[in-house]
Amino acid sequence: MTISTSDKPFLTRVKESENDHFMQQSVAKAQDAQWDKRTAAREELGNWEQWRDLGEQIRQHVIKYLPDYLEQFSDNVEKKGGHVFFAQTDEQAVNYIKKIAKEKKAHRIVKSKSMVTTEINLDKALLSLPETSIMETDLAEFILQEDNWDEPTHIVFPTLHKNRDQIQNVFKKLGYSGSNDPEEMAKFARKYLREYFMQADLGITGCNFAIADNGMINLVTNEGNADLTMAIPKTQIVVMGMERIVPSLKEAEVLDNMLSRSAVGQKLTSYCSFSGPQVNGESDGPTDFHVVILDNGRSNALGTDFEPVLQCIRCGACLNVCPIYRHIGGHGYGSIYPGPIGAVLSPVLDGYEKFGDLPFASSLCAACTETCPVRIPLHQLLIKHRKVMMDKLKMDHSFNNVLMKGAGVATSSPILFKIALEGAHMGSAPLSKSKETSVDNLFNYGHIEKAPSIASGWTDVRDLARPPKHSDDFRSWYKKHKKEQQEGVSHD
Amino acid sequence: MKVAIFSTCVVDLLFPNVGQAMVEVLERIGCETSLPTNQVCCGQPTYNSGYHKESNKVFYNEIDALLSTDADYIVGPAGSCVAMLRQYPHILKDNPDYSKKAQELADKSYEFSQFVYNILGVVDAGAQLDAVATYHRSCHMTRLLGEKTAPFALLDNVKDLKMVPLPHLENCCGFGGTFSVKEPEISKQMVDEKVDSIISTGARVLISADASCLMNIGGRFSRRNENIKIMHIAEVLNHNVDASRIRYKNQPTTV
Ligand code: SF4
Repeated sequence: MTISTSDKPFLTRVKESENDHFMQQSVAKAQDAQWDKRTAAREELGNWEQWRDLGEQIRQHVIKYLPDYLEQFSDNVEKKGGHVFFAQTDEQAVNYIKKIAKEKKAHRIVKSKSMVTTEINLDKALLSLPETSIMETDLAEFILQEDNWDEPTHIVFPTLHKNRDQIQNVFKKLGYSGSNDPEEMAKFARKYLREYFMQADLGITGCNFAIADNGMINLVTNEGNADLTMAIPKTQIVVMGMERIVPSLKEAEVLDNMLSRSAVGQKLTSYCSFSGPQVNGESDGPTDFHVVILDNGRSNALGTDFEPVLQCIRCGACLNVCPIYRHIGGHGYGSIYPGPIGAVLSPVLDGYEKFGDLPFASSLCAACTETCPVRIPLHQLLIKHRKVMMDKLKMDHSFNNVLMKGAGVATSSPILFKIALEGAHMGSAPLSKSKETSVDNLFNYGHIEKAPSIASGWTDVRDLARPPKHSDDFRSWYKKHKKEQQEGVSHD
Repeated sequence: MKVAIFSTCVVDLLFPNVGQAMVEVLERIGCETSLPTNQVCCGQPTYNSGYHKESNKVFYNEIDALLSTDADYIVGPAGSCVAMLRQYPHILKDNPDYSKKAQELADKSYEFSQFVYNILGVVDAGAQLDAVATYHRSCHMTRLLGEKTAPFALLDNVKDLKMVPLPHLENCCGFGGTFSVKEPEISKQMVDEKVDSIISTGARVLISADASCLMNIGGRFSRRNENIKIMHIAEVLNHNVDASRIRYKNQPTTV
């Protein structure tokens, strides 16, 4: 399993991100711009919340009847002369694809953007074949490839962490001598890629949706490279996660619409194609057509609390609204699936040992849940992961197991809480400063700048208000207040 | 109308002025209040941290305590904690002893400004505050409780108060309960961005309907030695009140 992008501990990655000001600025800028575009595109469609209901229904229905739809889809692909391979693991998928490449004596392989092929680390495996070269034809993936196979940091915008100067330097290695103007650089890349395309003998694409009732592959892109990848080479391999299926074109239309608006704030992306093997009378398209359907841990989610994660249509909107992603960026997550969807999905696919930190790295602000076009309750699934780690696996992922369990006891007991209220002011005396503060009305009883134990994380960042004297606390005030009211009434 | 006060552990422990202001506003508008003494905490800190076994006892206690009076409504000064009460029926749906009670509790629980505006129908609480202020919208109040209007509508009618919009209103302040102590490195960057946004408005007062967010943002303001006043919305609505100005929805503006 290779969804991991880093061996460094989580905290190290967070600190590295904190120092990467360029990345932080560019993520914030992209988030803000996408916020406006996405909101406008959804408003234009109208009744967005009802569209979300529909999106959720379609995806839930598919996941519920997944085996049936997969069977129907695969029958339809085979009817048209294509081949379907079910891979339980990344290794099985990679071996199958390598086998095809060898059989076909493929030397020039073109690929279009696909998270699933990144997940199974396909590029490196294919490069190990003799006399084989490979080209990522999506502009951003091309940049990553030419930058020594850098890791993607966003599922829709893989190079979000790179600025135009960095990209210009990457291109210089390929003989580019122009400016850092994005359009000029894109032109260069297009020409460079076009030449490679014409001689390609194997095309590999991902899949946005597989249409069960006609065996077609639906691809949604903005560059057109995926369509070339499908049209030019005579052999084509589609790699898809096993959940990426829809019953018919009708549902694909709904989801393509929601995907485009959610992912890039467009009505529809520039290219939205439905294709499959070349059939009688057609002049282009692959004569040899394969679909690899990948499990690779996805079935771990079936029948569990985490099943909704399979509804995901990979629009990336949850990354674009996430305040954690805003600050730690894609590399902070250490998974090719970053952001809220990554924090939920990565532990499902690859376990808690590796990705147990991610579900805790959330303020549970629910911005992700609010934006998800297919209504995945992302923040609730993060809590569910925490529950599995704490309640079931008894992992040591919390900052202090004993104290948190103690908090559970204390907050369920009115008597213990009363004692705490009575002692809070005195108890905090050794820690408190009465020093003047710049903040009015928060620290009426002084404040604490350095707290011990679990609260030290709090005072590492900010001051803590000191509890009032017991006689001044809310409950004491209320008692007096009620007494005065009653006396007032009896005097009348 | 009888109202039980859901004081929340944060107000009980740290912010008596918020609880007082809330009680005074509610009583001024004609509510008869009570304070169920056995209440402790809504259970968010342990539940959201994954300690679900331990949390059940916290929920049971809170449900029994808050339902112990004959109040028509339960009102609290924190959108986040009220949102938690509203989640009880979902969390306890398979619990034979508590599923019904959880529903009963959720049905009559409201956040303070939501209650004043939507249930009592007050549009002007009669308050006056001469200040330039901005409002921080808490994530849970907005997204989990779904209350986006009430605080803004009430603040708009506070006499002499000039409200300025906060950029990036939608972004979390980085509190997140135990998140703020478990992940200080990330939380700090989030609260700093929030503090910077607030400073950019030029406001002298920061208002919110969640004491926990105020405790977080205010604490960071203090650490950075920035000048600001923190006010819970109940304190604003209880400031310099002229009861003759209290106005309800559907009531003509001029008498
Ligand atoms: S979880 Fe939802 S918002 Fe996030 S990528 Fe998937 S579909 Fe989009």
